[in-house]
Amino acid sequence: MNYIFYFLIVLSIIFGVINGRLQEVVNGILSGAELSVKVAFSLIGIMAFWLGMMKIAEKSGVVAFISKIIKPAARKLFNEIPENSPAIGDVTMAFTANAFGLSNAATPIGIKAMEELQRHNVDKKSASDAMCMFLAMSTAGFQLIPATVIAVLVSIGYPNPSEIIAPTLVVTSVAFLSAIFIAKIFQKFWQPQKAENKTDNKIKAEVC
Amino acid sequence: MLQQVINLISLWAIPLLLLVILTVGLIKKVPLYEAFTDGAKDGFKVAVNIIPYLVAIIVCISMLRASGFIESTGQILSPILKCFHIPVDTVSVMIVRSLSGSAALGVFSDIAKNFGADDYATKLAAVMVGSSETTFYVLAVYFGAVGISKFRYALITGLLADFIGIAAAVAVCNFMFL
Repeated sequence: MNYIFYFLIVLSIIFGVINGRLQEVVNGILSGAELSVKVAFSLIGIMAFWLGMMKIAEKSGVVAFISKIIKPAARKLFNEIPENSPAIGDVTMAFTANAFGLSNAATPIGIKAMEELQRHNVDKKSASDAMCMFLAMSTAGFQLIPATVIAVLVSIGYPNPSEIIAPTLVVTSVAFLSAIFIAKIFQKFWQPQKAENKTDNKIKAEVC
Repeated sequence: MLQQVINLISLWAIPLLLLVILTVGLIKKVPLYEAFTDGAKDGFKVAVNIIPYLVAIIVCISMLRASGFIESTGQILSPILKCFHIPVDTVSVMIVRSLSGSAALGVFSDIAKNFGADDYATKLAAVMVGSSETTFYVLAVYFGAVGISKFRYALITGLLADFIGIAAAVAVCNFMFL
C-alpha cells in the first residue's frame, strides 16, 4: 500500500504538469479531503441504525442460523474461521445485502463482518486470508439488479431498461467467481502472515 | 412486467429484513430496544475511525482525476480498443469504475445523455457500471474500520477481478448488442 499511495500522488502531479492542470490537482486535495469527511459523516446515522439491527439479529440467533445454512460453502471459502463464529453469518448477510443492491445496509453490515473477522486475525495490522476473500467478494460487487443504472436509463427514456439486467448478471457473476478464484490462488502463494504473539498463535492452532 | 417485479423487490427488501429481524428477536425474548441502542453506539466510532483511511484514498483519487490522467490513458489506449469495438468514451468508465462510484455514475449519465438510448456506448457503459463495485472505496472503508494497513493481496485481487469484469462486459455486449 505504501507504494500505491506514493505512486498515485506522484502520477497525479506528473500528469497535472503534462496536461497543464497542476492548479486543479492542488484543488483536488481540498475537495477530496472534504469529500472523505462528508462520506464518513453521512455514514454515521445509517451505520448506527444497521449496527443496532445487527445486534438484535445476533442476539436472537438469526446470524447464527444463517451461518449454519451457509456452512458448507463457508468452510471452503473461509477455512481459517471456526464454523460457529458469527463472522460467517455477518459475511453472508453483507453479501446478501450487496446482492439485493441495499448498499446503505451492506456497508455497515460489511464493517461488522470485518470486525468479526479481525477477531480471528493473527496479525491485527495485516489482512487475513479470510478478509482478503471477503474483500474479493465485496469489491466484485455481485448484484442481482443494477437499480441505479436502470434509474439512469429510465431517465433518458431508454425503451426497455430491463434488457440490461441479463448481460449485467452474466458479467457480475463472471467477475465474482473469478475474484474468489484469484483470491484462492493468492492464498496459496502469497507470503503467510506473521503472528504477533503467542496467544494469537494459540488461537490459530485451535482453528487449524 | 419484469420491471414491476424488480421494483417490488427493491421496495420490499428492507422492510422484510426489518420484519424478520424484529419478529424473531421478539419471539426469542431479546430486549429489542436495549440491544439496538447497544449496537448503534458503535456507529459514530466506526465512522470516525475510517476518516484517515478515506482521506488517504479519496484525496489520491481526487488528485488523479483532476490531473487528466484518465483522459490521457484513454487516448493512449484508443487504437487497441478499436479492435474490440469499444467506444472511446466508455474507457473513462472502465478506469473510473474501480476508483470512485459517484464519478463512474456521473460519467455513465453523461454518456447516456450524449449518445442516447440506441447507442452501443450507452449499453456497454450501463453493463460495466452495473456489474462492478468501487474497489478502492470498499478497501478503504472495510480495512479502515478495523485499522488494517497491510492489504496483502486484497487490492490486486480486486483489480484483477475488475479487469476480468470489463473483458466479460465487452464480450457479452459484443454478443448481445452489436
